[in-house]
Amino acid sequence: MEPVIAIAIGVLTGSGVWLVLRPRTFQVIVGLSLISYAVNLFIFSMGRLKVGAPTFTESPGGASALADPVPQALVLTAIVISFAMTALLLVVTIASRGLTGSDHVDGREDGL
Amino acid sequence: MSWIQHLILAPILLPMVVAGLMLVIDGRNGRITAALGVASTFALLVIAIVLLVQASTGGAQSAVQVYQIGNWPSRLGIVLALDRLSAMMLALTALLATAAMVFSLARWHQAGSFFHPLFQVLLVGLNGAFLTGDLFNLFVFFEIMLAASYGLALHGSGHARVKAGLHYIAVNLVASSAFLIGVSLIYGATGSLNMADIASRIGDLDAHGAMLFRVGAAVLGVAFLVKAAIWPLGFWLPTTYAAAGPPVAAMFAIMTKVGVYAILRLGLLFTPDGQGNVLAASGLLLTGGVITIIYGMLGMLASQAMARLAGFSVLVSSGTLLAVMGAGNANVFSATLYYLVSSTLAIAAFFMLIELAERGRARADDVLAVTLEAYGIVYDEDSENSREAGAAVPAILGILGIAFMACALLLSGLPPLSGFIAKFAMLDALLDQARNGPAPASAWAAWLLVATLVVSGLATLIAMMRAGIRTFWPSFEREAPRVSMIELGPVLVLLALCVGLTIQAGPAMRFVRHTTEQLAERKLYMDAVLKKPVAATLAPAAGPAPPADARNARAPVLPPQKKEAAR
Repeated sequence: MEPVIAIAIGVLTGSGVWLVLRPRTFQVIVGLSLISYAVNLFIFSMGRLKVGAPTFTESPGGASALADPVPQALVLTAIVISFAMTALLLVVTIASRGLTGSDHVDGREDGL
Repeated sequence: MSWIQHLILAPILLPMVVAGLMLVIDGRNGRITAALGVASTFALLVIAIVLLVQASTGGAQSAVQVYQIGNWPSRLGIVLALDRLSAMMLALTALLATAAMVFSLARWHQAGSFFHPLFQVLLVGLNGAFLTGDLFNLFVFFEIMLAASYGLALHGSGHARVKAGLHYIAVNLVASSAFLIGVSLIYGATGSLNMADIASRIGDLDAHGAMLFRVGAAVLGVAFLVKAAIWPLGFWLPTTYAAAGPPVAAMFAIMTKVGVYAILRLGLLFTPDGQGNVLAASGLLLTGGVITIIYGMLGMLASQAMARLAGFSVLVSSGTLLAVMGAGNANVFSATLYYLVSSTLAIAAFFMLIELAERGRARADDVLAVTLEAYGIVYDEDSENSREAGAAVPAILGILGIAFMACALLLSGLPPLSGFIAKFAMLDALLDQARNGPAPASAWAAWLLVATLVVSGLATLIAMMRAGIRTFWPSFEREAPRVSMIELGPVLVLLALCVGLTIQAGPAMRFVRHTTEQLAERKLYMDAVLKKPVAATLAPAAGPAPPADARNARAPVLPPQKKEAAR
């Protein structure tokens, strides 16, 4: 499972970084979203990968048989925050589009 | 006594509640929201001063106050910790906030909707970031602060603000991702998010864990350096700060210092025992800081608009802080903190002053002045302009001119104001390091830094003088700007504080020296957080509560043993 998660995070981050460096605001927003997905997966993996392990229960295996609940709480917070920030960025983008008439991140096309 | 130990929550809760209340009442800029905002900000100032007095009684050995939220034991719950450094930053924030708030009342808060709630939320984030003792909580407060700052940066709208805001938001969102990656790597390595707990576990890490931890700390450092606007990561800063409204830009002056604060706090706390100063270990902070100073200095010389000049002066200030912190010896730290306070106050005053000084000045004057300078055209003294030669400068221009001069002296570090004392103290400690330093490398670093600081002072002076001459001695007529007392007051108060810092330099220096001594004793902070017992009862009158040891025994069931989970 580790290689799958690692590749997924890598692909998401790579595409995200590439998109963030693109000149259109929409591409930047999608890129930032992809990066935040990658980060969320990454936080999960930092609690060590386990399959089918519960977070809260009286288990015979002791604490080590449980999935770590802390990264899950962190991911929840991170998702909410990145969601809100994406919404805010969208609003700013629309404002920028309205003011400049262009969806370029600098508010004007190259060569103009 | 019982209420005073809860006071540490007030800097976070008060603005949060007030911001919510404002939204419920009407959210727009009615008189009530303005009154609420002013009341809350002034109350915060009082609270911050009380906390500062509390935290600083007892010299270098003064206790670190720890507050366990929800009465959870320190390793499990989130703690707030108040030491001298946090208290100092809280007081500085409150001072700036009061000045910016009063300044905004004249007209800036009407420039768009929701100025007051956003301002309060910004204060929640700032105060929280200075108080928290938990790494993830630090992230949350950073985000609260940034979210509010995005709104405030766009306050007043307009083409320049939206364009600069877009860049600012994008850069900071990427930095926030880096922050999260760093935090989760550190959690993965140490199994804890409590700063003091992490610090206590660093020594026990195996080779693999130590590597993970270092990578995490490095990524986290990058996130903080973006906030502190070190050279390759700080190009967003001058444009954003120049575009933001003056009271907002004045508040932003402390936001770069949050990055510096986090680097200082975590850098010193995460230093393994007996390894000296981790901030100087790689030389990265020193190099980056010096390049930031040079870049900011060139930017100041190149700027035509005063707001951009002020933006670049923020870069010089934070570059100086980072470079001096990275230069090595701990003696410099106290001078650095003094410089931090003095330069933040001066920059905030400068941002607000610019707007007043440039008021009533047509935009065409700028272009004309530049052209005149470029072509070396000098106005003939006998021409029509000399008619006004005998007229007195209107008083308001005189006051603004003196305030501008004070800003120039403070920023360039010339006597007699506190900027000079700060720079003198830094140079003194650096020269001492250059002469008696342990290694030739550190001597070289000190000499390099001394040279950069001196040259940057000169460059600042040249840039400020040029801007001042162009604004206050225009070779053609200008009407006196209409300035109300409510706008001039905050600027003068901030500058008066700098004068106060100069006159009371002895006690101020003693305070920052004790602060650095307390910071260097990281055991003090760790013990205060980790050995703090859980309060036996939350409310004495609430009947029999479970005894403290019962709570302690029950609590660890919730999160699993993280050390084991990590294996």
